[in-house]
Amino acid sequence: MSYQHTIRQHTYSFPDLKFLMAKASPYRSGDVLAGLAALTYEERVAAQFCLADVPLKAFLNEALIPYEADEITRLIIDCHNAEAFERISYFTTGELRDWLLSEAADTLSLSQVAPGLTPEMVAAVSKLMRNQDLILVAQKCEVITKFRNTIGLKGRLATRLQPNHPTDDLKGIAASMLDGLLYGSGDAVIGINPASDRPATVIQLLEMLDYVRQQFAIPTQSCVLCHVTTALEIIEQQAPVDLIFQSIGGTEKTNQSFGVNLALLQEAYEAALALKRGTLGNNVMYFETGQGSALSANAHAGVDQQTCEVRAYAVARHFQPLLVNSVVGFIGPEYLYNGKQIIRAALEDHFCAKVLGLPMGVDVCYTNHADADQDDMDNLLTLLGVAGCNFVMGVPGADDIMLHYQSTSFHDALYVRKVLGLRPAPEFEQWLQQQGIMDSTGQLLQAGANHPLLKKAF
Amino acid sequence: MNKENLTPYNSPENDPWTTLREFTAARIALGRTGVSEPLHQSLQFKLAHAHARDAVFSQLNSTELANRISSVIALPVLSVKSQVSNRPEYLQRPDLGRKLHEASVQQLKDLPAASPDIAIMLADGLSATAINQHAVPVLQKLVPALQKSRISLAPITIVEYGRVAISDEIGFLLRAKLALILIGERPGLSSPDSMGAYFTFNPQPGLTDESRNCLSNIRPTGLAYQVAADKLFYLLQQALQLKLSGVLLKDNFSLLE
Repeated sequence: MSYQHTIRQHTYSFPDLKFLMAKASPYRSGDVLAGLAALTYEERVAAQFCLADVPLKAFLNEALIPYEADEITRLIIDCHNAEAFERISYFTTGELRDWLLSEAADTLSLSQVAPGLTPEMVAAVSKLMRNQDLILVAQKCEVITKFRNTIGLKGRLATRLQPNHPTDDLKGIAASMLDGLLYGSGDAVIGINPASDRPATVIQLLEMLDYVRQQFAIPTQSCVLCHVTTALEIIEQQAPVDLIFQSIGGTEKTNQSFGVNLALLQEAYEAALALKRGTLGNNVMYFETGQGSALSANAHAGVDQQTCEVRAYAVARHFQPLLVNSVVGFIGPEYLYNGKQIIRAALEDHFCAKVLGLPMGVDVCYTNHADADQDDMDNLLTLLGVAGCNFVMGVPGADDIMLHYQSTSFHDALYVRKVLGLRPAPEFEQWLQQQGIMDSTGQLLQAGANHPLLKKAF
Repeated sequence: MNKENLTPYNSPENDPWTTLREFTAARIALGRTGVSEPLHQSLQFKLAHAHARDAVFSQLNSTELANRISSVIALPVLSVKSQVSNRPEYLQRPDLGRKLHEASVQQLKDLPAASPDIAIMLADGLSATAINQHAVPVLQKLVPALQKSRISLAPITIVEYGRVAISDEIGFLLRAKLALILIGERPGLSSPDSMGAYFTFNPQPGLTDESRNCLSNIRPTGLAYQVAADKLFYLLQQALQLKLSGVLLKDNFSLLE
């Protein structure tokens, strides 16, 4: 089906929905690199006008990547909830945008509609929205998940304590972990990116994390972010695996480049469920995503960067994860060039995931060859705090010495909690108070050298 | 609420766990003022970021590099360019950084015919600083060793705005059996001057990463010049002997030690 829009005497034609979606995307370097971006400012707005008139039903009839060729398209179509869709089925994309912003779309109705929305519908509507629209709607969504604590409640912001070390040195990691705990970080997960994916190393790290968690009775979960096949292998060796981690993308070929597919993820999901290590809930998966991964793997099939990203959320949604986060600025300037592009992409990712019903967090981050700095991160962190983001990263001094990029520090998380009155996950908050790390008003206390965490740990 | 919390001012650098710093280079025990980082820490971070950003925008000192190379190594030096015309474009269009500019293609085609064993190239990559500082010292140790083993070398090529894969096109045009490129790596906050070395056997346009081998973090405080040169010498010899590179070429260098 062809799409057209006329501005003054010029008629813009878009041969298919895939092409139209790409042209309607806000400018970003990855779409230019892929040759998919609008060529002029006017063409972009023409595409947005045109996209606004597309009925939502069109997304169910015109697959961006053919059903036969891609298992994620099949997942999206086969798992579509027609009953939940009913209420909005007569909307165009533009009408969906207006409904999302209306008072009629409240926290409850948004969660009821979520299973009826496909990633393509949500990606399309995000392209018609300004940043404030993305924030306003996301802020109305509430996605709560549980393992050993409760994440995603309104008025709460959790952090992933990320104590990485370039050689996976146990003491080095433990030192960063204590630093983070004493600054009130770690309720989303204590998660290490290992330098080595060797099963023996991963087990060693997991055992250390589990030991510390148990010794101090910390109501949180741990994760060593190894490949899903490694996780399956070490589960067989009785390693203390809380959460299964995996990077995922929005096309079958992208996932192939990560060495995964839906069947493998299903196998891992079932293996983790069977361990029954959660005390409050059974959300056992942790997924990471990020715009640009499909293009980087040469697996985007002509679909724009942001739509590919949102299709990854269909994969995540299928496995009821505890945590999902977009590693937004990690990919580099050929996909997201500067602070403006990174901020826009992060708000899109957070909005799209939340509207689809995912517990979305964001790694507010950048690399040194991107045109961005800590001021951009401060802006984005504040915006995400307002938007009700489930969690952000906690990295010592915002500088990850293993992955060589800049993220958000323990201090940054304290800042955003303070200016917006956000609190940690309730169970973790209680623990911080018991440990004398935080008082009942949320203020950080001065830990002394005699603090049990410091005395017992080394 | 204890008395400590009532004092009007705590020194920002007052985390009692500073001793933990001996276990990691991570920025831990930074102290705080309120919930914020103390100024000194904040400026230290900014300085490291400034070094990294300056490295990304640094320029190859091509003339000086050529002079230094000619003075220590008996090899001609060529200067070529990729299809990129400025740094912002370089950052956004890796595809253009992988291809030689038309004039440079002609320049290499016009060279007298030869089939050297190895073509060595230097490219700015994401840190020209790394190449300006570390390329010549490594060449000074590597090239004589190769020459002594009767391995023939093409002229050394200095590449402006080059990505790693441009070495395949250059190596192909120079009819070399093997292409080696020294290139500035993506700068980290603590390493704005890291140099990488990549090589491919039987170089030709269109090869991908699995056909390449890599040594990274070459700099005095990382992989030292002599160790890097020894390791490269060993790997290059192996590649020429076995007629392959990439995932099939295993680095058993340390087994010889």
